[in-house]
Order: sequence, then C-alpha cells, then structure tokens
Amino acid sequence: MIRVFIPPPLRSYTGARTQVEVEGATLDAALEALDRLYPGLRFRIVDEQGRIRPHIRFIAHEEFVTTLNYLLSADDEVQIVCALSGGAGHYSPDHGEAPRGLTPGFGA
Amino acid sequence: MSYTRSTAPNKRKAGQIPARQKIRQDPRTPAPLWLLVGTKKGAFIFHGNSRRRAWQAEEVILLGHEINHLVLDPRDGRTLLMAARTGHLGPTIFQSRDGGRTWKEAARPPAFARTGETEGLAVDRTFWLTPGHASQPGVWYAGTSPHGLFLSADAGMSWEPVSGFFQTLQVLKSRAGFIGATPGGPLTHSILIDPRDPNHMYLGLSTGGFFETVDAGQSWHPLNAGVEAYFLPVKDPEYGHDPHCAALHPANPDRLYQQNHCGIYRLDRPGKIWERIGRGMPETVGDIGFPIVLHPRDPDTAWVFPMDGSTVWPRTSPGGRPAAYRTHDGGRTWERQDRGLPQEHAYYTVMRQAFAADALDPVGLYFGTASGELWMSRDEGDRWEEVAAHLPYILSVTTAVPA
Repeated sequence: MIRVFIPPPLRSYTGARTQVEVEGATLDAALEALDRLYPGLRFRIVDEQGRIRPHIRFIAHEEFVTTLNYLLSADDEVQIVCALSGGAGHYSPDHGEAPRGLTPGFGA
Repeated sequence: MSYTRSTAPNKRKAGQIPARQKIRQDPRTPAPLWLLVGTKKGAFIFHGNSRRRAWQAEEVILLGHEINHLVLDPRDGRTLLMAARTGHLGPTIFQSRDGGRTWKEAARPPAFARTGETEGLAVDRTFWLTPGHASQPGVWYAGTSPHGLFLSADAGMSWEPVSGFFQTLQVLKSRAGFIGATPGGPLTHSILIDPRDPNHMYLGLSTGGFFETVDAGQSWHPLNAGVEAYFLPVKDPEYGHDPHCAALHPANPDRLYQQNHCGIYRLDRPGKIWERIGRGMPETVGDIGFPIVLHPRDPDTAWVFPMDGSTVWPRTSPGGRPAAYRTHDGGRTWERQDRGLPQEHAYYTVMRQAFAADALDPVGLYFGTASGELWMSRDEGDRWEEVAAHLPYILSVTTAVPA
C-alpha cells in the first residue's frame, strides 16, 4: 500500500484524515485510487490535461515528483503539498497556469 | 467534497428556511430577500426581506476560496450554485439546496476536453453562472477562464462543453490576437438567454467580443458593429472587442445594453449596430466601467458604475468620488447618484458581477467593492446605505428570492 499524506486544504475530502493508504504502481494510479475513495479530490490537484496544478507539489523519496508516471512501490510514502501561497499581487497568465516557482498571486 | 458551514449565527436549523408560500398568504409579512456575495476569500449570504431595512449575515462559506459567482436558481428558488477555487486547488462548482448550509461538489466540474498535448487548455476558474431557460429546469450555463462555455443538465452536478462554441472559438482564434485576455485572464461572461426562445442566446468574451446563437449554442456569430476597439489593429473589426458586461431586458428581450472597455452601448434588435449611449456621460467621469444593471420592468432605465479609464486605467471611482449613473431614457441622458456615498478619497472598484438589482418596487440596488464594502439603495439609486464593510475583495453580488 502507498501511504499518501493529505494537506489541510484537501482534508475536507478525506473527512479530516491526514493519511490515506491506496494501491498504485505509479503516482497517477495512486491518485486515481485516492479519487475513487474521495471523488473530486484529484481534479483539484491535477488538471484535465493530466498536469499537476501549478501550486501543488508531490514529494516521494525525499524529492519533488514532477510527473504522474513516477513509479511507486509498496510501502512508499507520498506527500501532497500545497506550496507557496500568497504574498503577491495579481498574476494571471493566458492559460491560467503560473510558471513553476511562482506563488498563486492571490494577494494577501 | 461536501461542505457544511461551521455555524449558523441566526440559530436556524436545516429545513427551517421560511416557506415562500406561507409568507405569501399574509401580504403584511415581508417576503425574504437574500444578497449573495462572492469574494476572493469566501461567500456570504445576507438575509433580508422586502422591506430591505435589516440584513443578517450568515457565517462565511468556504473561507479562503475565491468565489467568482454565487447564484440562486429563480426557477425553483432553492438551488444555489457557487463557482469556487483556491490559490492551490483547481476550480469547481458547489451546489446547495438548503439555503447555503450544506454544499455538494459537482461530480464533474467544467473541464476542457483532454487533448493529449502538453499545451492543452485547463479551466482556471469558472467565472460566470447563468440559470437556463424557464422551460428547461435543471439546465445551467457556465462561462470560464480561459474562454469556455459549459452546460449542465442536472442542476450543476455535471458539466459538458458546448461543442459548437468551442468550434466557433477555434475558427475565431485563427486570427491572432482577436481572441485575447484581460489582466485577469480570458473571461467568458454575460451568458444571456432570450426568455422567448431557449435556443436564442448571447454571450461576451473579454476579449473577443459579443456573440449570438440561435441554435442553442451550436453556432455563434459576432454582434459588435458600432462598438469601438481602439486596441485592435483594424478599424471596425467583426470581433475582438472587450465587452465588460452585457444585459438583456427581461420585459423587452430585443433590447440589449453593454458596458464595454470602450464605452456604454445599446442595441435594439433586430438591429445589428450598437449605439454608444455613454456619450451623454460627463466628460470628467467618462463612460468606462465594469457592470451594467437594468431596471426589471422599464427597458429605458439602466445603471452603470463608472471607473477611471484614463491614463494607466486605475479602474477606481473617477476623482475618488464614487457614484452610480442612471438613465431613464435608454441612455440619452444620465444622472449622477451619489447621495450617501463617500464624497472624497473613496477609490472603489466594482467588478462586473458585483452590481445587482432586485425586482421590488421601487427597485433596490446593491453593489460590492474591491475594498470589501457592500452598499444598497432601496429607492433606485437616489440614496445609498452601507450594508457591510471589511469583507474580503468582492467579486460578485446577486439578489435572490428564496422559495
């Protein structure tokens, strides 16, 4: 089983659970399994084109995971992180996707 | 996800929302009226009634979520839809059928078709919500950023792209720069449905222009003649304009008004050429703004809330002196309405969804500011009163008569 750590903004989906165990050979499969348990969760962190949303990070094996194809094995841990929030003015590029490393730009 | 408001300050329990029919049996009892306020940090429902003397704010809903639109379905007086996102989390739609106490998330929120290509578009936010035609209960339309038109046939629980809109958009985009974006992104808004014909609709694209369909959205044609667009490289382009907000008069659906980036306009169908009615505004104020609001019964009466569109476009009240402007004659003349509003150093920005009217007589008007103030007039703009201050940045204000 993969142990997924759920950040506070997503705990409304998991009934306040901070950790959830799912099956999955890849990050993609683990997130699909998570979404089956908690419908709607995946779309909040992965867009309809299968891209990780700009201010979501996944951490496994002490590194940032940048692709959903990332291979996982039993007993792996995956941390979902809502990264870098606020503190700037408005930022809204054409496609609604901020470059990596920028804050969401939601002002305060 | 489901969401339950943390507390109900007025001690109301679920299911205890006053029944409209019961109230209607006694004309001395004022009917309930709600102000639905969407902000950058959550939504608020202000409970009032037809006397419009006191407003009771409910606990904030989805604190921290950007709420672009919160709308009650006038067909059942019960279904609330709310467009939400956060800085981290993707965009979604929530539905409530108990007056905003509990919320259920859409199983399939608006989302573009998967292209399999890395540059494929993703919905950044649902920007606009419009309940469908009276003959189509449960049907809603959503406008998104980037530009997109979506339809729900199940009261907001699942959404599908309106394929004809995307096909038209693809053709329009072939002309580089004519379908563009505002600093807030490309915005699909002002989805207007002809009360006489559910297949006849209009919508606005910021930027892109104003468009019409007569086949329920399968094909769209531009309707921008007469509207200025100084930022485009050609004179009198067919599309590419920047309508900020458009409205169709419910009692005369052939009459359209538009607050555009380049002035205030009126169009009387079947005519196709907009008339710039903002020419009658004072020169020191100008005719730039975001919202436009119509009188629910008189097609000649409308309100705008001007902003400073000079120099670098501050988008704040001209001269720091906020005011609504009203026309009683279809835009030939305008009168300033600022009684009760601050007379100096008030730099309001009123977004396109943040100015609304009720349907009472006399008409009540409501607007919210980027600085978190909520204002009302119960006499058609003659005098203004503050309803609330210190709210987060207000994105939308709608009125609602619950069942």
